[in-house]
Amino acid sequence: MSEGLAHVVSPLNGARFDGLISVREMAPQGMITLRGDLAAPAIKNAATGVGGHDMPGQRQASGDADRAILWMSPDELLLLLPYAEVPGAVASIGKLLEGSHALVADVSDARTGFELRGEGLREVLAKLAPADLSPGALPVGEVRRTRLGQVPAAFWLKSEASAQVICFRSVARYVFDQFRRAAQPGSTVGFF
Amino acid sequence: MSTRLAPNTPGVGRLIDRSKQQNFTFNGKRLTGHAGDTLASALLANDQVLVGRSFKYHRPRGVVASGAEEPNALVGLGTGNRFEPNQRATTTELYDGLTARSQNHWPSLDFDIGAVNSAFANFLPAGFYYKTFMAPRPFWKHVYEPFIRRSAGLGKAPDPDARDPDSYEHFHAHVDVLVIGGGIAGLEAARRAGEAGARVLLVEQSAHWGGRAPVDGGEVEGHSTEAHVSQLLAALEAMENVTLRARCMGAGVYDHGYVLAYERLTDHAPALKGPRHRLWRIRAGQVITATGAIERPLSFSGNDVPGVMLASAVRDYVVNWAVSPGDRTVIVTNNDDAYRTALVLRRAGLAVPAIIDARVLPADSPLMAEVRAAGIRILQGHAVDHVMGGKRVRGVAICSHAGEGGAVIEEIPCEAVAMSGGWSPVVHLWSHCGGKLTWDETRAMFRPDPDRAPTGDKGQPFVVAAGAANGALTLGEVLEDAVAAAERATARPRTSDAPQAVAQEEAPLAPVWMMPQGASIHHRAKAWLDYQNDVKVSDVQLAAREGFTSVEHAKRYTTLGMATDQGKLSNINGLAILSGALGNGIPEVGTTTFRPPYTPISMGAIAGAAVGDTFQPIRRTPIHDWLEENGAEWEPVGQWRRPYTIKRPGETTEEAVQREVTNTRENLGLLDASTLGKLIVKGPDAGRFLDMMYTNMMSNLKPGRCRYGLMCNENGFLMDDGVVARIDEDTFLCHTTSGGADHIHQHMEDWLQCEWWDWQVYVANVTEQYGQIAVVGPNARKVLEAIGGIDVGKEALPFMGWVEGELGGIPVRIYRISFSGELSFEIAVKAGLARHLWDLLLTVGKQFGVMPYGTEALHIMRAEKGFIMIGDETDGTVIPQDLGLNWAISKKKEDFLGKRAQQRLDMARADRWKLVGLETVDGSVLPDGAYALGEGENANGQRNVIGRVTSSYHSPTLGHGIAMGLVLGGPDRMGEVISFAKGDGTTTIEAKITDPVFYDKAGEKQDV
Repeated sequence: MSEGLAHVVSPLNGARFDGLISVREMAPQGMITLRGDLAAPAIKNAATGVGGHDMPGQRQASGDADRAILWMSPDELLLLLPYAEVPGAVASIGKLLEGSHALVADVSDARTGFELRGEGLREVLAKLAPADLSPGALPVGEVRRTRLGQVPAAFWLKSEASAQVICFRSVARYVFDQFRRAAQPGSTVGFF
Repeated sequence: MSTRLAPNTPGVGRLIDRSKQQNFTFNGKRLTGHAGDTLASALLANDQVLVGRSFKYHRPRGVVASGAEEPNALVGLGTGNRFEPNQRATTTELYDGLTARSQNHWPSLDFDIGAVNSAFANFLPAGFYYKTFMAPRPFWKHVYEPFIRRSAGLGKAPDPDARDPDSYEHFHAHVDVLVIGGGIAGLEAARRAGEAGARVLLVEQSAHWGGRAPVDGGEVEGHSTEAHVSQLLAALEAMENVTLRARCMGAGVYDHGYVLAYERLTDHAPALKGPRHRLWRIRAGQVITATGAIERPLSFSGNDVPGVMLASAVRDYVVNWAVSPGDRTVIVTNNDDAYRTALVLRRAGLAVPAIIDARVLPADSPLMAEVRAAGIRILQGHAVDHVMGGKRVRGVAICSHAGEGGAVIEEIPCEAVAMSGGWSPVVHLWSHCGGKLTWDETRAMFRPDPDRAPTGDKGQPFVVAAGAANGALTLGEVLEDAVAAAERATARPRTSDAPQAVAQEEAPLAPVWMMPQGASIHHRAKAWLDYQNDVKVSDVQLAAREGFTSVEHAKRYTTLGMATDQGKLSNINGLAILSGALGNGIPEVGTTTFRPPYTPISMGAIAGAAVGDTFQPIRRTPIHDWLEENGAEWEPVGQWRRPYTIKRPGETTEEAVQREVTNTRENLGLLDASTLGKLIVKGPDAGRFLDMMYTNMMSNLKPGRCRYGLMCNENGFLMDDGVVARIDEDTFLCHTTSGGADHIHQHMEDWLQCEWWDWQVYVANVTEQYGQIAVVGPNARKVLEAIGGIDVGKEALPFMGWVEGELGGIPVRIYRISFSGELSFEIAVKAGLARHLWDLLLTVGKQFGVMPYGTEALHIMRAEKGFIMIGDETDGTVIPQDLGLNWAISKKKEDFLGKRAQQRLDMARADRWKLVGLETVDGSVLPDGAYALGEGENANGQRNVIGRVTSSYHSPTLGHGIAMGLVLGGPDRMGEVISFAKGDGTTTIEAKITDPVFYDKAGEKQDV
């Protein structure tokens, strides 16, 4: 990619807030939507080749900070990779899947990511999301597609004290403002 | 007088800390209480017996109860931004600095002018509004209503300019077993469920655990009830799978185990940080309602005089808060439980001159014997004839219960009356989601029918009532019932027996709905059922005589149970009176509907985080900040904000819009079009799929080309429109309207997943991946050429084509499409780079007269070109044929969504209103939405209409008003002048029917 890359901005310019937990908008991250038959070897190869990790099981995330594969639905994966690598990866997946029915789309700029850190993160999320976020129902490494307040979002825990959240770019401010409220000092619930 | 008992009084004041004094004010009077007091106990300790005035007659009212059922002691709490009306003193924990005001009095609580209503009580019977204020009609608005509004009503609405400074939040919790109520039954059930391994949440509305058990006494497993409660609590606190919440009320039970609980975090200590209230949104596998029971008042004359209280409340005030209701308390009862109050009062050194028991028992029950042994006089078969006193009790007059009253046997001086009419289980939460009740003849109570519980998604019962809430009234029964409830909720048999309880046996109660039994009208008209809404025994009987035989109708006619306490004390007594008046059994009359919330919850808790900047999501484009900084006047488009216009200092909105249109037509305009929906449709069947989605043909579109398309729903109505670009053989990019992306995405997935599941098509919504900037105007090409990188010449990028490349080093896709009639390029760019490109276009565009424009300029330019707008020209009842868009409806295609519907008679009839242009004769602007007038009137006496305006603007390009509208036979009436009605309904404005394309009919400007 050309000189444009230097000008890429995230919607909140890396905003952060420290309260019950710390909330930080992440730098632009590469994200590729891959839809297809997840059992097909070509799809698996394409996903693991770019994602750099094994295929995740149902609802799972497999990967590390730089690179991961997220199971999104029975026919959809989300691949996470460094932002700059996306155009190359889209092209190479396209080549790999030539002739098979699949959809590959760069969605890096359509979303923004937040990193949550702190022991109380399950509670902060549970103030906004209707899903069951207890450790039994949402183990570390499982992706939950749900909503935060009034907008769709997905998140998964990397550890009990660290989680990543993905939401649409246009509502980044709304999601961040909600986190600021939900993580306000003095609002610990003590449920999980 | 009511007062605080001395510190050395045995067995009193278990909840207060006398070492901590707390100051508060009531109606400006400075008073003191102790930590642990409720506002009600502190008021009583200060001899503030009179706490408010009633709704209709402004009768003096005092504290009746000690908990959530309290109907009288409602106060305005706090001041200014934190003022809240109708707060119950009995559930308000005292804190230092609390400010309370009594309600519904004028000019003062002690001397109230409205009390004169009481003297005219005969003229204010049930339904008096309906009867009295019907005629003459204009009197309602100008005479009756203002008067009633001033004299009636509870509480005062907060100042409209007040803004709640506190924060509130929601919390979602999922549990196996939710136990509502932290009394002895709830604690036992929670412990059993916890031991069974269930994830348990136990909520208790008050600040204390154990409910009535510590006050009512008895022994469990050799310990006092108080000690037993402590043990249960300790056991629960030690369990990892159990969460306990005090000050958290189960508010409502809904379908599928959804329950709302209302936690009050800082009401008792406003200095604490954090949210004030938290609304728990709970999903529970099983709900145990251990919500206890509420004591019923007795209906005798003067039962509303301050100082008349529930017998259990009197007990609570003495034991919990060391408050004496008066030196002498007369007890009136139809059951044994009230005898406990006599013993408590006596133990605290207070006098009980007599117990008036309506029953005549063959032999003394154990409690009765104990009371008699304590030397307290018991008058069996007697009743209260009337209570003496006005603003406080002075004594009671006694008569025989068998008579009609009036034959007073004795007058007993006293300061307080403790009454007990038996107990009603709190069945509210059981009933919210459809749990049915059964009438228990022996105990004279409605209790939950376990065979007709609320059912969940599989038809399984999901609510179990436990303890007193299930009709169990003695300590032993309560504990056994709690264990049984835990068994049902966990579906596991008990692993140990229920704890053994020792409590005194009680003789059965006698149902007493009116006292004395045959009370005369004079007595009944002073016997209150609903204290808060001033409904008396005589009112309900009158309603029955007037034909209100349904309990729901009688309730609304008399307003029984319709106040803020929702009839917690009056419900059963009222329907028993109704049943007596109708000669029907109580179970036949039935109860009114129990609806959530159990007691009122704050609006703030309901809103949660949905206030201020998080009231609702506002979607922002990547250009949003620039627009905001440069004078955008925002308008909502779905959840997006788009600039109506970008105003310069000193300009009016209209001037700004006209400037933007003119500059775009003459030089160069920039539009943030990022909000346009963008859907990728891909797969071997994508073309076939889009042929079904759009009315026109898409499958024969060539890669590199664009086509405008219309989308209809299956009823044939026009739903969305936009430009489709074919990216490659298998891939299309469909543009939708700004608000339509999510809906159209769902629409496509619906058809793919439910109807054509075997078609090979994937859809992805990439709306937010791209910022989209429209570069519009005669200089559009020049600015792109100046930036450089992509050949945008007429041959390389013809009209309705697209190219990809790097513009000034920024990867973009450029669509050559026009919604303005000008030379126009829409540039899609990664959202993270959109602002960068926008800035670049502004900088380089300066030499070409660049100027951003907003949605109103966009609208005017498209209207000048006769382009339709979804939502203006369409409203859900318009088909493409109405808009003259037949050219975009394929005749070759075998099928598309809406095709069949458009062939129906009504759709195909010749006299549908059709789109035309409209030009006012005087050049003015037609009012948007104005109707075109036809001849004569319709059957309703309304003027016939023959069309309406769908879009209307002043065209700066043409210098006069232009409009589009749907007109009967419109396209065949070119040149005809028709009349439109203005907003006032009488003035008309003349307009000529024209072609809807006002500007550049040949389309030469966009094709250069």
